[in-house]
Amino acid sequence: MIVLGIIGGYIALLLALGLFSSRLFKGTSKDYMLASHSIGPFMLLMSLFGTTMTAFALVGSTGEAYVEGAGVYGLLASSSGIIHSLCFFILGVKLWSLGKRYGYTTQIQYFRDRLQSDKIGVILFPVLVGMVIPYLLIGVMASGTFINAVTRGTFEAGTFPGFLEEGMNGGVPKSVASFIICIVVLIYVFFGGMRGTAWANTFQTCVFMVLGVVTFYVIAMKLGGEETLMASLRKASAAIDADKLTRMHMSKTQFATYFFVPLSVGMFPHLFQHWLTAKSASSFKLPVVAHPFFIMIVWCPCILIGLWATTDLITLPPPIAKNPNAILPFMVDKLNGPVMTGLLSAGVLAAIMSSLDSQFLCLGTMFTEDIVVHYGGKGRYSEKQTILIARAFIIAIVAVVYVFSLFEPRRVFTLGIWCFSGYASLFPLVFASLYWKKLTKAGAYAAVITCASSWIYLFKESGFGSNEKFTVDFKIGGNVYDTMPVMTMFFLTAIVMIIVSLVTPKPTQETLDKFFPEKSAA
Amino acid sequence: MSNQLKQGRLIIAGLVILLMILHQDNWNWDNSNLVFGFIPVTLFYHMCISFSASVIWFMATRIAWPDDVEEEVLAEVSEQGGDA
Repeated sequence: MIVLGIIGGYIALLLALGLFSSRLFKGTSKDYMLASHSIGPFMLLMSLFGTTMTAFALVGSTGEAYVEGAGVYGLLASSSGIIHSLCFFILGVKLWSLGKRYGYTTQIQYFRDRLQSDKIGVILFPVLVGMVIPYLLIGVMASGTFINAVTRGTFEAGTFPGFLEEGMNGGVPKSVASFIICIVVLIYVFFGGMRGTAWANTFQTCVFMVLGVVTFYVIAMKLGGEETLMASLRKASAAIDADKLTRMHMSKTQFATYFFVPLSVGMFPHLFQHWLTAKSASSFKLPVVAHPFFIMIVWCPCILIGLWATTDLITLPPPIAKNPNAILPFMVDKLNGPVMTGLLSAGVLAAIMSSLDSQFLCLGTMFTEDIVVHYGGKGRYSEKQTILIARAFIIAIVAVVYVFSLFEPRRVFTLGIWCFSGYASLFPLVFASLYWKKLTKAGAYAAVITCASSWIYLFKESGFGSNEKFTVDFKIGGNVYDTMPVMTMFFLTAIVMIIVSLVTPKPTQETLDKFFPEKSAA
Repeated sequence: MSNQLKQGRLIIAGLVILLMILHQDNWNWDNSNLVFGFIPVTLFYHMCISFSASVIWFMATRIAWPDDVEEEVLAEVSEQGGDA
């Protein structure tokens, strides 16, 4: 009950923050969606970082390190440190400047203008929304699993209706916990809009970073059982099997091709929206520099905790050992008292919610701006009606995701990789739109269609994520090279886009002048 | 674009490519040693990659940052009489 009380208290605090930020709301859709371009460097860093660090980074990385070993950090964390900041630098600043100049609120508005194509939204919108669903699913699924795991033994049998109690082991049923988290995030997003989301993200990112370090300290001390932290760390790590310390079981080509995955940051619709909230281009400097370092602070403790879970210093019950998503909550619950468990759980939930909020808000913005207002006609709906439509669409998508979360769970890490792979395959499109004058409307359409069809085909081939070891294999000179599906999708998209662009009519001179102005010599 | 900025961008591009190459550390593949007695070598090496990335991006903000973009945009927006 103490754990539940602390989680409840944290949620109440978050709602209060959302309500407070709503008092600063200016009542316009621009303020609701972009916080009137008022976000400075620190809040931009925290909201960008909080948005990219999801359940994937905490629950997923711990579970994956438990299964695959120490190499997991190199698979995604160090590469993300390089690639994410690269995307902020080469895409973020440029898109911010175009957004500020021409008043874009969403990615599709930008592409519509750059490609001189009124219908690009019709094809891009379902692709972007379809691929964000697995991303939302990660957060919704992980929050349910986490709350259930840390509250095990709290309730007696019969407290909840029979269909909810299956496999709950006396904890809050996963479906109930996921539902509550969805409702909480919906409430503060609805009240606070982008300003509330940015504030909540900043607050929650601080919470999960501080509590993450505390979690690591407490778990290391308890597991090692020595008097000093260093001695405990050494004892815990000395018990790790040599197989988990190396990458002997990992394929080198697979490791190399994981590098394509973080390129997804360039096409995440919610990050695009965050980029537009920046007060100035200089606001990007702090996120560009601090992002790799922050990733390290969050991922390293999770990887070590996952590795320690493989040792004989702790016994995992069979259901936990079979479910990598449950490793972190189990370690937190097993090795801490109820007060610490409650606080640490709040930290993990903070990380999960700080991503869900941006994604929810972005979905609503895209639907109203790109579909309702654009195709329905400007001025047809009042500001109030626009915000209401945004909220209704968000609720519909969250309901779909929630229903998906009730089915057979997938590994958070695997699902995350599929989602990121789809967005990463669209990276050539956004990059070409900013740096390649010859990109044409037809080339862009071909890129989106190629990306979507190759993603659907390969995701189906992987059993919709159930085959966690799925790779695309190439036989060259008698050797087989196994690669991540993202590489194939990325190159297919890029090649098709380039070929089609080269053989179709070029953009007009007016468009080229608008997006590639000649600069006077300095 | 000034020559200094061009040079700065080339330096940063070179360093980022170098970091990407160093990321594929085949030589650590079967190393099971622990650095400081508790961090696996493979993890420690990639922590250093993360740290180096932060240093390179800090350099980018000093020698390759597009300050002109901000000036141009703000001038244009104020000419138009406010937020676009």
